[in-house]
Amino acid sequence: MNRVRRSVLRSVGAAGVVAGAMAAGWLKPNAALAADRNTAAFEATSTAGAMKALSMPAPVDSKDIELKAPDIAENGAVVPLEITSNIPGTESITIFIDKNPFPYVGTFDVSKGAMPFIALRVKMAESSNIRAVVQAAGKTFATAKEVKVTIGGCGA
Amino acid sequence: MADPMKIRASLQGDVAEVRVLMSHPMETGQRKDADGKLVPLHFIQTISARLNGKPVFDAQTSQAISRNPVFAFKVKGAKPGDKLSISWEDNTGEKRTDEIVLGPT
Repeated sequence: MNRVRRSVLRSVGAAGVVAGAMAAGWLKPNAALAADRNTAAFEATSTAGAMKALSMPAPVDSKDIELKAPDIAENGAVVPLEITSNIPGTESITIFIDKNPFPYVGTFDVSKGAMPFIALRVKMAESSNIRAVVQAAGKTFATAKEVKVTIGGCGA
Repeated sequence: MADPMKIRASLQGDVAEVRVLMSHPMETGQRKDADGKLVPLHFIQTISARLNGKPVFDAQTSQAISRNPVFAFKVKGAKPGDKLSISWEDNTGEKRTDEIVLGPT
């Protein structure tokens, strides 16, 4: 099997899909231009769908990612998270909240001169697993933590 | 025009721990106003930080970030006098950039 030919065919196919999506008006042209924002991932309604849209391989569970989050969040509109990766060569940290209407929270690129650390506050619709996915040296690692939410933050 | 960001940074060795508070409603597109009409989606999509003009950190974010977002991150290779700027852009094209000068510790 000619591998180069295979990958050329695949990339041509992918370009065709993007062009088709733009023609069908799913992707606004300016959205496609905006710093390669992965609209499909942000609009996916499941973690698995978002990871697929991000072309993210199935992550390996890792204890070297510290995910700090409250066990019980009284207010789902403001849930503090703190993520530190101790994996050498960490390039990015991605966060998913499984049971949110759109689970993909965001990707934080730390490869250009930041430490593998991020703290932020997120909204949670209901009690859910939070997943922190780290990409390091071409591999994908993840850790998860369940947070119980008393009052959902969807309407906030 | 959105309100300025509040940026704080503390240097520990050559690592600057940066905390930033942005002023933004971060509407999810699922909330209803007093008249029962849906409030349209309005949220910060991209965030980036530069140290002396060189990109050091950037992020793509969704509407799941809380209102008036607070982020903390750590920048390597920083020293007193360096300029740190942070920018965001939301889904309506509104954007804002603020800059601070890292102080001695």
